[in-house]
Amino acid sequence: MYPSRFAYDAPSSLEEAIAILDAGGGEAKILAGGQSLIPMLKLRFAAPERLVDINSLPGLDYHRVDPDGTLRIGALCRHEDLEFSDKLDAFPTLAQAAALVADPIVRTRGTFVGSVCHADPQGDWAATMIALDGSIVAQGPNGRREIPMSDFVLGPFVNALAYNEIAVEAVIPAAKGTARGGYLKLERRVGDFATASVAVALDMDGDTVRRAGCALAGVGGRTIDANDAISVLVGKTLTDENIAAAAQAVAAAAEPRTDHRGSADYKRHIVETFVSRILTNISRSEQKAA
Amino acid sequence: MTSLYDEVSPAPAADVPTKRVTINVNGEARTVDVEPRLLLAHLLRQGLKLTGTHTGCDTTSCGTCTVLFDGRPVKSCTMLAVQADGHEVETVEGMSSASELHPVQEGFKQEHGLQCGYCTPGMMLAAKALLERNPDPTEDEVRWALSGNLCRCTGYQNIVKSVLWAAQKMRGQNPEA
Ligand SMILES: Cc1cc2nc3c(=O)[nH]c(=O)nc-3n(C[C@H](O)[C@H](O)[C@H](O)COP(=O)(O)OP(=O)(O)OC[C@H]3O[C@@H](n4cnc5c(N)ncnc54)[C@H](O)[C@@H]3O)c2cc1C
Ligand code: FES
Ligand code: FES
Repeated sequence: MYPSRFAYDAPSSLEEAIAILDAGGGEAKILAGGQSLIPMLKLRFAAPERLVDINSLPGLDYHRVDPDGTLRIGALCRHEDLEFSDKLDAFPTLAQAAALVADPIVRTRGTFVGSVCHADPQGDWAATMIALDGSIVAQGPNGRREIPMSDFVLGPFVNALAYNEIAVEAVIPAAKGTARGGYLKLERRVGDFATASVAVALDMDGDTVRRAGCALAGVGGRTIDANDAISVLVGKTLTDENIAAAAQAVAAAAEPRTDHRGSADYKRHIVETFVSRILTNISRSEQKAA
Repeated sequence: MTSLYDEVSPAPAADVPTKRVTINVNGEARTVDVEPRLLLAHLLRQGLKLTGTHTGCDTTSCGTCTVLFDGRPVKSCTMLAVQADGHEVETVEGMSSASELHPVQEGFKQEHGLQCGYCTPGMMLAAKALLERNPDPTEDEVRWALSGNLCRCTGYQNIVKSVLWAAQKMRGQNPEA
């Protein structure tokens, strides 16, 4: 398989890249890690007139924690940079997801920001971003704007960027209090997309939950925002009853469909089990720390 | 009959726009004119006749097309040849010198790490990249690092042994001991 014909640019500055996208009037597409786009080009699901390869843009391969605790992930930070990172101690949800995205070789190329932009209902990073209340910084001809995750994914494979905007950075706020969280994914084999996966992020004040975030991948036609469902935990402690109530509320928010990866009931059951398992692990580690 | 790959020729007709790229392949600068849509795997195999890089699934799933791109493993069926302009690519042909196998290759020989050999180039390059970062991996770490490379013959057991053999040898220990 090979793609249909396209023109190709590898600009060396962000301004130049935006100018090319702008002149392309919607017919040009950004190429980041290429681990979703190139397979789609080969299958001819996508046939853009022009590719704007952003891999030569300088200074975008970072991920760093600001003095106020905010995590910033540049557009060229690869999945494996996060897998091997020593900067994610305060972001356990991301640290646990990093090794579960695709397979080790896809992870050397694929980017965090590209994955969020791709808005695949089965994508792992978009789920973590929703649970962590992150946002995307977009740059276009008229400057920068920050788009909260709740407004960023408009539907399956559709994001809120204009054709002449580049997502330059993902921003993940610091937890208010102690950050706790987890990511669990059921896959048939390494490199498979999620049968069901669950991202949970909690801000804890002692043993009380101050903020709770949750999102699900693989169990709906889009990434499921379960932040409302898990907010039953806010102001409470992680007792067995509260955990069970939260797990049930999240499972009720899933919209799974029966397919070759399993039945709808099975997937909903997995979601409930995973939420409960993540919260139970957190509660046990809190008890140990106390 | 022309093969599917021949249709995106590394040397397209005169009216097709191409880009001149210089890629360091196995230590040697190679300058070629490529159509932007040419995949790196196809340039290596058809254009540069480096047929040690295999293509299996062609859907980014099997890893047999793995090459090292600036030292890190990538699936060459899922990268454009133009993207390698100015970069270093290492294929299985670059692993050994004229007289000596790379320890990873030796390991595959000693521990019978291959049967049909189709997955082997990708396995060995992924293993080489692992050992460069982690010279003393556990069995689990080897299995994890190779989990993007599929083998339909061996059941992986001997592949893992081969990589552990190479790790010992590269650390200066005697793998036979
Ligand atoms: C075998 C295989 C298994 C996989 N398994 C998983 C999995 O389990 N979980 C998972 O989450 N993902 C999985 N993926 C997808 C992988 O994570 C991709 O890397 C990711 O979805 C896209 O990131 P990318 O950098 O490769 O983007 P690309 O493929 O380059 O781009 C994807 C899309 O996003 C757009 N885009 C990219 N970057 C930007 C930007 N900075 N600004 C604006 N638009 C942008 C592109 O135009 C394109 O439309 C898998 C892929 C493969 C091949
Ligand atoms: S041929 Fe490239 S991953 Fe299978
Ligand atoms: S040895 Fe045959 S596929 Fe691995």
